[in-house]
Amino acid sequence: MRNLLIIGATSAIAEATARRFAATGARFYLVGRNIERLAAIARDLEIRSGQPVVHESLNLDQIDQHPALLERISQTFGGIDIALIAHGTLPDQNACQQSVTATLAAIHTNALSVISLATLLANDLETRGRGTLIAISSVAGDRGRQSNYVYGAAKGMVSLFLQGLRNRLSSKGIQVITVKPGFVDTPMTAAFEKKGRLWAQPDQIAQGIVAAVERGRDEVYLPWFWRWIMLVILHLPEGVFKRLTL
Amino acid sequence: MSAVTPTSWGRYPTARPRQIQSCRDVQALALPDETLSRLPFGNGRSYGDVCLNNNGVLLLTRRLDRFIAFDPATGVLRAEAGILLAEILALIVPQGWFLPVTPGTQFVTLGGAIANDVHGKNHHVAGSFGCHVRAFELLRSDGNHLLCTPEQNTEWFQATVGGLGLTGLITWVEIQLQRIANPWIVAENRRFASLDEFLALDVEYEARYPYIMSWIDCATGLGRGIYMAGMHAPPGLLKSPPPQRRGLTVPFIPPISLVNSLSVAAFNRLYYHLPRPARGLIPYQPFFYPLDNLREWNRLYGRQGFFQYQCVIPPANAHAALWEILARIVVSGQGSMLAVLKRFGDKTSGGLLSFPRPGVTLALDFPNRGQSTLDLLERLDEVTRQAGGAVYPAKDARMSGDSFRHYYPQWVEFSRFIDPRFSSSFWRRVMEH
Repeated sequence: MRNLLIIGATSAIAEATARRFAATGARFYLVGRNIERLAAIARDLEIRSGQPVVHESLNLDQIDQHPALLERISQTFGGIDIALIAHGTLPDQNACQQSVTATLAAIHTNALSVISLATLLANDLETRGRGTLIAISSVAGDRGRQSNYVYGAAKGMVSLFLQGLRNRLSSKGIQVITVKPGFVDTPMTAAFEKKGRLWAQPDQIAQGIVAAVERGRDEVYLPWFWRWIMLVILHLPEGVFKRLTL
Repeated sequence: MSAVTPTSWGRYPTARPRQIQSCRDVQALALPDETLSRLPFGNGRSYGDVCLNNNGVLLLTRRLDRFIAFDPATGVLRAEAGILLAEILALIVPQGWFLPVTPGTQFVTLGGAIANDVHGKNHHVAGSFGCHVRAFELLRSDGNHLLCTPEQNTEWFQATVGGLGLTGLITWVEIQLQRIANPWIVAENRRFASLDEFLALDVEYEARYPYIMSWIDCATGLGRGIYMAGMHAPPGLLKSPPPQRRGLTVPFIPPISLVNSLSVAAFNRLYYHLPRPARGLIPYQPFFYPLDNLREWNRLYGRQGFFQYQCVIPPANAHAALWEILARIVVSGQGSMLAVLKRFGDKTSGGLLSFPRPGVTLALDFPNRGQSTLDLLERLDEVTRQAGGAVYPAKDARMSGDSFRHYYPQWVEFSRFIDPRFSSSFWRRVMEH
């Protein structure tokens, strides 16, 4: 029986991932913003896992609340085996270009609050000498593009931060996994026309995350073909890349 | 897979919704305030156009897929309407419970099972799916949430069971499960050489087995087939969980149907003569869901798609009418790959537009060869109408409005319960012609 902490538990990818872990037997501590949705997900996971599920509603932008959250978890829930950081927003790129406030808010939610939680959780796992830390980054963090470079910059910061964390903790028996999904059909991307084979369902991403944990992977592109797409995109010379409409 | 324009399982007809909206939360569900008509769309396993809404809005329900309550002591289960029967089985079978009624695929949603009042191999003892529904919530476009049970809002309950999604959006459902002692099935197979033999076998087996169906060879016109009966295995017989099946997927849509007169004749002959144990233990999945292991099997019928034809004939006329139907199929040369025969019992759910009624039901599939197939199906409808039978809307893509109103005279009463903002391609088709 593994103890899972899921932050941003109402995200479609997090919910699908939690269900897959529930089927193998797991205890959950869920953190999210929308309390009704969180309660419904908690009830569903209780039925699927046969274990009581703890949930709490928290605005994760309030970074000063993070240490108290970790304190509550360690007191009421016990040691964490797997922590999944899955919260995030998809900011409106055009609005961000017109507003420093919107840009910084997007960076705050998608990068700074993730880094705050990852720091606290990593130290917690390091003290116990075992565990897995997973965070959802994005293929958007691999290279800046005009259509979403604010989101991309935040995710890029997360990817780089996790890379360093993994390097620091690799000798301590702690697994750090960076998940880089491509286009996923979720409420976050509801505004997009979803056609074509590049779009994946949340459960495909969930399956990849569970496999990454079981196989001890470091960094996964999900679905797998994004690794090759991003390999090409990363190797385009900047002189060419800057002229593309991406 | 990506979210592309939803199709029905028969991939005929095609319809373009003007708008597609994914429903996510039961709590926060607000129907779009639009003048376009809407229709709930579950997993797209009905065959024709009951799940399509050309030029309207489709409300996708698959994301309404959370469990709400399950009592392992009583077998009462409540879940959101978009959950698949497969997901329910994965939860309940290891805990000693089973669906009270299941159709031939586990990839249908709870809401869809109610909207089409689906039936299974145990109809003669258990009735249709609607007989086991304890309650559901119906969300109307005016924002009203109606709690419907057999006792409360009864008329709404009866209109919605078999109501083809037209009475509003079902948000959650509560059903009563049945106890099983083990996930295996004791199955028995018997060949029969004629329809008379089938009807005789039925009398013998119905009393002994809760699950019964027959496959009938309709390439030769002899009325021969295989009788298949089963029951949940008793405790102690075998306890190990059934093996996980890998399954195959039909990888693409061939330009022409791979189901044709040659393959149908060969398949039917082979299927009839294939050696099979007279009696044995098999896992529940291949017994109830033989085709679920071949994913996207509907692609085998090619780009033109295929038709299903399922009718029920009252007991007194069953023998003569079924002979006539088989004869007309043989004459047409358009044999069916999988023809399934089963007797319905007397138990009904009370659903106003429910298909199951006492009699013998026959289900057939035909590759779409255009007008000649439509003509054949019209000739089959002549027989069904004369015999006082009915055709199953969930599998229909072509019956005339006249036929529909003849089969379902309750449509007049049913119309009062249709949500004024809801409609479907099927409903417009059978009301207009």
